[in-house]
Amino acid sequence: MMSFLTQPWPWYVAGPAIGLTVPLVYLYAGRKWGISSTFRDVCAATIPSGLDYFDYSWRHLGGWRLTMAAGLMIGGFVAALTGPGDVAISEATRADLGGLGINDFAGVVPSELFSWSALATVPGFVLIVVGGFLVGFGTRYANGCTSGHAISGLSALRVTSLVAVIGFFIGGLVSTHLLLPMLLGGGM
Amino acid sequence: MAIEPQNLQSSSMTTKPERLWPYLVIGIVLGIVFTRAEVVSWFRIQEMFRFQAFHMYGIIGSAVAVGAIGIQVIKRMGLRSMTHHPLELPTESFKAPGSQYWLGGIAFGLGWGLLGACPGPIYVLFGNGVTVMAAAFASALAGVWTYGALRHRLPHS
Repeated sequence: MMSFLTQPWPWYVAGPAIGLTVPLVYLYAGRKWGISSTFRDVCAATIPSGLDYFDYSWRHLGGWRLTMAAGLMIGGFVAALTGPGDVAISEATRADLGGLGINDFAGVVPSELFSWSALATVPGFVLIVVGGFLVGFGTRYANGCTSGHAISGLSALRVTSLVAVIGFFIGGLVSTHLLLPMLLGGGM
Repeated sequence: MAIEPQNLQSSSMTTKPERLWPYLVIGIVLGIVFTRAEVVSWFRIQEMFRFQAFHMYGIIGSAVAVGAIGIQVIKRMGLRSMTHHPLELPTESFKAPGSQYWLGGIAFGLGWGLLGACPGPIYVLFGNGVTVMAAAFASALAGVWTYGALRHRLPHS
């Protein structure tokens, strides 16, 4: 039991648990499960700026998902108490990232790139600020993110979601194989 | 004989209030699952985009399989929600070229590859103690606001 709490969970435990969320949320109150709409809710609540896109009742339409987002933070805090050690990535990935100058594999994200002090460096700024901007912009333009399109949308067999997911992978491959080597100075 | 509007809705048809605490529970469980299965890790996303492990593909694939079976069961059995709210099943059909999904999807993917976190993990990582994700969150809000401001000038069809 203790090893289950401290060891990484296998895909066949995590995947079905995540997938089960889709029918559960439907069966409770008919909601289509998705997380990125909370970003729109927060904009609507704080900086609507008279834009029609933010002119809706965010309390009524977004209350459920904002509550879920609060739960995600609490769950992340609780899970971190039992402490993940090194992330169990493959040797091949360690070697590739080592070639990009990333050598600290302790923790959930590379500490050299994801810290407040790294924010002032060019790679840290691009990864966190530019990356965050594109995640926010893209998810609203495509009308869904990994949860709304890749899980909920594909579960409902929507072609629009399949196209969006193919787009996610095109973008991710370009970032991983072209942008990161340019940014981190290795590889190219 | 005229039927009063309220009589059209039998007691089983009226919607019940939607409580928020179930969503808090779902969020907490997912936050633990995302952390324990390392879905929130930048390293895992790199491994996925380098095709060097089955882990993330197994998670996404089995999640879609379970979700699809769940939706089929709901549809075929004609199940209704506990609160009697109608099911928001997606119905939009794809019309080529669908630039909204291509361009939006690629923009999101570029960000996902850099940040190594999609919207759910941004929240979870902040809870994990990676507080710099607050900056990623603020930047994501700026991205959403920019979309809200520009969307009438962006191609969608």
